[in-house]
Amino acid sequence: MRDLLRRGRDMLFWGLCLLALALVIAPSLAIIASLLQQSWPALNINLFTNTTATNGLQNAILGSLLLMAGILVVAGPIGIAGGIYLAEFAPPTRAGILRLGYETLAGIPSIIIGFVGYIVLAQELHWGFSLLAAILALSAIVLPYVVKTTEVALLQVPATLRDAAVALGLPRITTLRRALLPPAIPAIASGVVVALAIAVGETAPLLYTVGFTSQDPTLSLFQHPIGYLTYVVYLNATLPTKLEHEVAGAAGLLILVMLLALIGLGRLVARRAARYAAQLPS
Amino acid sequence: MRFNLTAGGAGDSAGPTFLPSARRLAGADLTGRDRAVRWVLLGAGLVPTLMLLFLTAEMVREAIPAFVYSGWGLFTGHVFTFGNLYVTKLTVHNGVSAPHGAAYGALPFIFGTLVSSLIALIVAVPVAVGAVLALTERVPARLQPGVSVFLELLAGMPSVVYGFWGILVFGPILAQHLFPVLTHLGGVLPFFKGSVGYGEGLLTASLVLAIMIIPIIAATTRELVRTVPILAKEGALALGMTQYETAKVVTLPYVRRGILAAAILGWARALGETMAVLMISGDLLNGFPANIYSPFSTIAATIVAMLDSALTDATGMAIHALAAIGVILLVITLVTNLLGRLIIRRVSHGVVLPVGRGV
Repeated sequence: MRDLLRRGRDMLFWGLCLLALALVIAPSLAIIASLLQQSWPALNINLFTNTTATNGLQNAILGSLLLMAGILVVAGPIGIAGGIYLAEFAPPTRAGILRLGYETLAGIPSIIIGFVGYIVLAQELHWGFSLLAAILALSAIVLPYVVKTTEVALLQVPATLRDAAVALGLPRITTLRRALLPPAIPAIASGVVVALAIAVGETAPLLYTVGFTSQDPTLSLFQHPIGYLTYVVYLNATLPTKLEHEVAGAAGLLILVMLLALIGLGRLVARRAARYAAQLPS
Repeated sequence: MRFNLTAGGAGDSAGPTFLPSARRLAGADLTGRDRAVRWVLLGAGLVPTLMLLFLTAEMVREAIPAFVYSGWGLFTGHVFTFGNLYVTKLTVHNGVSAPHGAAYGALPFIFGTLVSSLIALIVAVPVAVGAVLALTERVPARLQPGVSVFLELLAGMPSVVYGFWGILVFGPILAQHLFPVLTHLGGVLPFFKGSVGYGEGLLTASLVLAIMIIPIIAATTRELVRTVPILAKEGALALGMTQYETAKVVTLPYVRRGILAAAILGWARALGETMAVLMISGDLLNGFPANIYSPFSTIAATIVAMLDSALTDATGMAIHALAAIGVILLVITLVTNLLGRLIIRRVSHGVVLPVGRGV
């Protein structure tokens, strides 16, 4: 009798756990399904040839790609360099302080970053809605990820590699370049990819730094607003007509496709770099 | 050459230790080029910390006039209005002037922020922990990566997509099917009583927030569950315990504090979430939600919603007021974040745990 009770409780508990797992899986499937269902009438070539003024997404797609490129150019190098400093050069106390700094930055709500970007860059410095302000705001959000992944990647390089390079009397930069960075590149690259994925999905820091326009983006850094995909999802979802919802769904779907492409790209880079690292004389 | 074999090793309490290895060399053996590169790298390493200091200082600087104008009223007032921006008449309070009729009482937003994120937390923690237990203990190892993809998908989904889904699909479904059932709870918990609305409001937003923070809590919990000593688990099973009893007696106590930390970090994320809440909240101004289904607003959503009109205030007080509620949000999120990280550091036993969205 007692045994039966125990077994019953066991089944009940794991039943509930499996239900919880189902509750985790269900929303992601439901979201993808509803994106497809809401957007399928709009899924055609017009999305790529028309701008948002005529229910396409061309300017938004180009804008999102441009912002990603900006992140790659600005946050990528700064973050990687910062991570290298923390892992290889910083004295322990200073490393601790800087680590606390980037971890705390990662916890700041993105709207705060957008707010300050707007007040300082757009207003006080008179940049207006500008590409540079958006890239800086996004960088504040993604830098912690790039720094952290670079730091962890370098610290996880086998100590023997480092010791061997030091034993050869190599200068630190050569050690870094020839011994430490190659095996760390896959992880660093995946950090940059995460940064790009965050950049393509953010909205709050962009609303008031880059604005929005239904014209194709220009390369000018100042005074020119830029359209981007997440804004279309935000705006069109709150507009009343079916057609607008379709475009919003299509934009959401495109963001997901971009995310998946980024994940795939990250894996590809990682595999390439791993193969390269394997070729190095060990 | 001089080697410093201890610095940065296992005893380094300043940060998470990744490998118990002696790796940092003394500065003495750097070449001139090494030194130059080190300066450049130092510059880059300082950027996130400088950004943090700049953001905080700028927010506080912008907020001060509103804190002076409203005083404690900022925390206790129920009315948040920029006043009449079209007449030149000013109200002077504590030596600071604002447009006539302006009042900056942020209590409803503070309430909305705290309550929505707490409801999200109450829903998300059991679901995340249960799902992780099912995933690690019950799902065959071969299928685990496939199932984990869904967690990663949830974690990577942009918040506007959550908002889109919440407003067009999830909210209406809840209002039609779930909420009418929940009103029966009204006898015990009065805030479940009353009109269920159309699915834009506190409960819908909280549930979407819960879905958004589940992957954060789950990722940390999963790594923690992996650190549970296998011998203790096998010992419990060998004593004839059921798997439920093993989980209750061995696994859960071992990861309890870690789950607490994960929950706090998930909470921090929910507190600062902007776009999804903005889209689903129904955007109530100057009041508290009538019941759990009613429209409401949060600090983050209000900043986005009102920043545009704040600009038209020639006295600049509207911007200061938004900065002030931003500072309140900033303080709440920073405290929760630091608390969560502090606990994570204590429980992580030298393992790198995924925290928040990965930092």
